[in-house]
Amino acid sequence: MSRRPYKREVSKGGWWLTQPRYIRYMAREFSCALIGAYVLVLVTGLWRLSEGPAQYEAWLARVESPAGRLFAVVAMLFALYHTYTWFQVTPKAMPLAVNGKKVPGAVIVLGHWAGLAVASVLVWLLVVN
Amino acid sequence: MARSHKPIVWGLFAAGGTLSAFVLPVLILLTCFAVPLGLAPADLLAYERVLGLLGHPAAKLAVFGVLFLVIWHAAHRMRITAHDVGIRADTLVAALCYGIAAIATVAMLIVLPGL
Amino acid sequence: MSDRTVELEILRYDPEKDEMPRFETYTVPYRDDWVVLDAINYVKAELDRTLSYRWSCHMAVCGSCGMVVNGEPVLACHAFLRDYPARIRIEPLANFPVERDLVVVIDDFIDKLGSVKPYVVAKEEKSVDEGEYIQTPGELARFKQYTACINCLLCYSACPQYALNESFVGPAALALAHRYNMDSRDVGRSAREDVVASNPGIWECSFVGACSEVCPKSVDPAAAIQQTKIASTADYFLNFLTPWKKT
Repeated sequence: MSRRPYKREVSKGGWWLTQPRYIRYMAREFSCALIGAYVLVLVTGLWRLSEGPAQYEAWLARVESPAGRLFAVVAMLFALYHTYTWFQVTPKAMPLAVNGKKVPGAVIVLGHWAGLAVASVLVWLLVVN
Repeated sequence: MARSHKPIVWGLFAAGGTLSAFVLPVLILLTCFAVPLGLAPADLLAYERVLGLLGHPAAKLAVFGVLFLVIWHAAHRMRITAHDVGIRADTLVAALCYGIAAIATVAMLIVLPGL
Repeated sequence: MSDRTVELEILRYDPEKDEMPRFETYTVPYRDDWVVLDAINYVKAELDRTLSYRWSCHMAVCGSCGMVVNGEPVLACHAFLRDYPARIRIEPLANFPVERDLVVVIDDFIDKLGSVKPYVVAKEEKSVDEGEYIQTPGELARFKQYTACINCLLCYSACPQYALNESFVGPAALALAHRYNMDSRDVGRSAREDVVASNPGIWECSFVGACSEVCPKSVDPAAAIQQTKIASTADYFLNFLTPWKKT
């Protein structure tokens, strides 16, 4: 009897379309494109700021244009999805035990959302006031 | 097998991902939606005001810290994503992703101290 | 026997006759309490004696009957027919070469499992007369969930990174490495790191998390790997800051 194991090929580029959990994963990973692009927009803003009011106003006008707003909406959605997925997996990456008892994952996740609220209020107050 | 040097880029990825999760939503809110939604005064992003905000060294440091870590987070994840969608030129992709992050980092280092 | 029937589309591959795998359909009458494995056993007993597959305990303990049912890696003994539509597609585990029908070649995993030293490396060997290695319940709790692995390989079948790069050490082996690293009786962590903290080790994982979703024993390999990444990153920078210490 001869052995001739058969290797089934996996699509190198299209595998993630085969299951909903893989699509969710790719949506999570793709958030980096919007997040990265948003940071680049802000860095550009800092650069324009250094070039004087006229350059800065031109940058701000592009940010406040319809296309700029649309980009911001999409970036916001992906940023929030990143936040959600990041908090969701934190109990796995950093499990917590108090007095030898495991803290339930949901408590850690809720703690992170509370942290988000505090951080947001803090940043808001620092920038607006 | 040799131990990997990935901890350098993964450390930045993890730190930036955490920071992004906590502060990026409010940053986008402030820079794009606060004024049109009437949540903040109309001059929130005016030239003089933003310059004033960035006048303090602590503000400069905070802005640099956040944007630096978040851009490196995005760069590393983009490298992985390129591999996931079937692009196998990892060295080129890594150079491109980390290169953009490095340019943004250097740009901030040049511009921020003078603001 | 009830009059309900299910259509099984089973992947068949005979290395001596078939150029490549094909599907064959069998109609199987079944009872409400039957699992997929019962239906496959029926095919073997009543319809086609040439069908090859692995199974043993029929109670989700031995880890032999892992296969892909309607696209999802499951233990065939742990999947009730009543939870599936009337037509079920049964394939061998993904990401492993097919030896014959539903039997896959798992040599790659066996090699990787050995490479992470999945056993307690004690500081000093004790003879039986000297007694056991003492451990508190708290110390046991740190790694107990990772001891539940039955090497069924559903996690490798679900892992896209293993599919894309077969040099990846993979979920179960890395989870077992973590299990021994977390064991208070073990001092083998540094020796394991040569494999675990290499590029094909934990760093090939992008935390898809599919391994943990399909695991029938709630081992959560994805969690083990992320914890190992954090620990290895801390090691890396600590070594960098204290170069005079050799690990």
